[in-house]
Amino acid sequence: MKGVYAVFRKEMSLYFVSPIAYVAVGAFLFLAGMFFQGILAEATEYSMRAAMQSMQFGTPFQIDVPGEVMRGFFGVTGTLLLFIIPMLTMGTYAEERRRGTMELLMTSPITDVEIVLGKYLGALALFLIMLLPTALQMVILFRSSDPVPPWRLLVCGYVGIIMLGGSLLAIGQFLSSLTESQIVAGILTFLAFLLLWVMDFVVRGGAGSVTAEVGQYLSILRHLNDFIRGVVDSSNLIYYASLIILGLFLTMRSLDSMRWRRA
Amino acid sequence: MIEVESLTKQYGAVRAVNQISFRVDKGEILGFLGPNGAGKTTTMRILTGFLPATSGTARVGGYDVFEKSLEVRKRIGYLPENPPIYPEMSVAGYLDAVARLKQVPAERRKGRVDSAMEMARITDKRKELIKRLSRGYKQRVGLAQALVHDPEVIILDEPTVGLDPKQIIEVRHLIKSLAGNHTIILSTHILPEVSMTCDRVVIINQGRIVANMPVDEAAQGRGGEVVMVEIKPGTGGAQGVRALLERTTGVRKVKLETPDGTGRIQARVECEPGRDLRSRIAADLVGQGHELYELRAARVSLEDIFLQVTTQEQPGTAAAEPGAAGGQA
Repeated sequence: MKGVYAVFRKEMSLYFVSPIAYVAVGAFLFLAGMFFQGILAEATEYSMRAAMQSMQFGTPFQIDVPGEVMRGFFGVTGTLLLFIIPMLTMGTYAEERRRGTMELLMTSPITDVEIVLGKYLGALALFLIMLLPTALQMVILFRSSDPVPPWRLLVCGYVGIIMLGGSLLAIGQFLSSLTESQIVAGILTFLAFLLLWVMDFVVRGGAGSVTAEVGQYLSILRHLNDFIRGVVDSSNLIYYASLIILGLFLTMRSLDSMRWRRA
Repeated sequence: MIEVESLTKQYGAVRAVNQISFRVDKGEILGFLGPNGAGKTTTMRILTGFLPATSGTARVGGYDVFEKSLEVRKRIGYLPENPPIYPEMSVAGYLDAVARLKQVPAERRKGRVDSAMEMARITDKRKELIKRLSRGYKQRVGLAQALVHDPEVIILDEPTVGLDPKQIIEVRHLIKSLAGNHTIILSTHILPEVSMTCDRVVIINQGRIVANMPVDEAAQGRGGEVVMVEIKPGTGGAQGVRALLERTTGVRKVKLETPDGTGRIQARVECEPGRDLRSRIAADLVGQGHELYELRAARVSLEDIFLQVTTQEQPGTAAAEPGAAGGQA
């Protein structure tokens, strides 16, 4: 497992000198900040109106502003990841293949499994670093809410986002291992994510039918909804975990075939 | 140190490496000489564990390159044709990362990085980003990368390609200085490189080994003797001369040329290694009534062998082999 750490370290040090990582992380944080601000403004405005109405008509008023903000924010973040993560993963293998550094990795005394895991954990770490500043927004939200909103919502939201991100990273890295061009890898990854996103819309075949259920089950953002509502359902965990395992497994197969195929 | 036995690599219908066998002893520098696409890169990739062979075996330090790939990889430093560098990293940062990949223990890592930079003479560039270095320096970073874990075996694929003459001399010097403690295989398609740096040469063409000999023997012409003869043929004409020469035991190949006007023929007679057939040939020719004008021993230089095997003048010999090109860059 020392090999995993060696690959992981190499990945991290490359991320910190690569413009793509900075641009992607910067874009994510900028957009996430904008959306947070927008959602917050809308929720407060709505709650003010509701408060005024309740004063006018004497009806009881109950709007959970911090809850609304968190749900809205995690939902938007999930969608944003579909656009940002292809940028993080597209170069993972494609760029190494183009530069010939794949040959360095594959002739080092480390196994293919160690390469795949090291690269995956590297991307996951970068993803968590990217996510970290959004905690600041949550701190602000929690400090200015009275009473303090349920922690469950926060924790589940982040667990969901991390599981979703982890799945997207595994798929993206696999697609990156298929080509020597990171542009091609990026486009393929984005297409795959879009497809997984709209799966419930594409595969329909009548309400309640088996195909519709399959489509809904495959649809990647649907599984985030329970997390956002504060519910950890094992079927959602299994869905994301299977995507991660599948992605990593396919990447290993892809590395293996690189050895047999490449001239 | 390195033992290769009837190694074959097939890419689809193309046989890039065909039943090659050779061995390299500890401390030796082996030159792998051949035109582009001869199968040099493929062979090296098999030795480094990057590619599996289709059949045959290769062992490095007693370990099979396929069965015990990780053990072999620990012992090999490999510089592919294009140095595998990360341009955004600094020289020292890159070598540190490679040392980690090569599983150099933490306490030895800094020392190994320093001495690799020392050997490749890039210590003064340690803080620079690799992308800002010239082609020659990048190649040296690639060399340092191959040396950083102090491997017993060093495999260099065309280490001097793309360098200017001064850099070429420096790199050759470095390679020579590594011999003794390290076993080295270097590939090249430049002939003088072999005679200057290597102890032993393996000439490979179209996936087959066509010559394998110590370089000093090759330089002395012991790879095979050649006798040049100039004759005015008597009865039987040129064909008679050819038939006579070909009948002689120890003769491998006869080539006749007829310069204009004189009526004389020049014959180039290739003999088996270590046989001096001059007196025999002279006696035979004169005995058959041919007029002998000149007879001298010519030496087969490495260049002769190389040109002979790589420029296919005679159709139907090696050119009949399907799939001329094999492992390219």
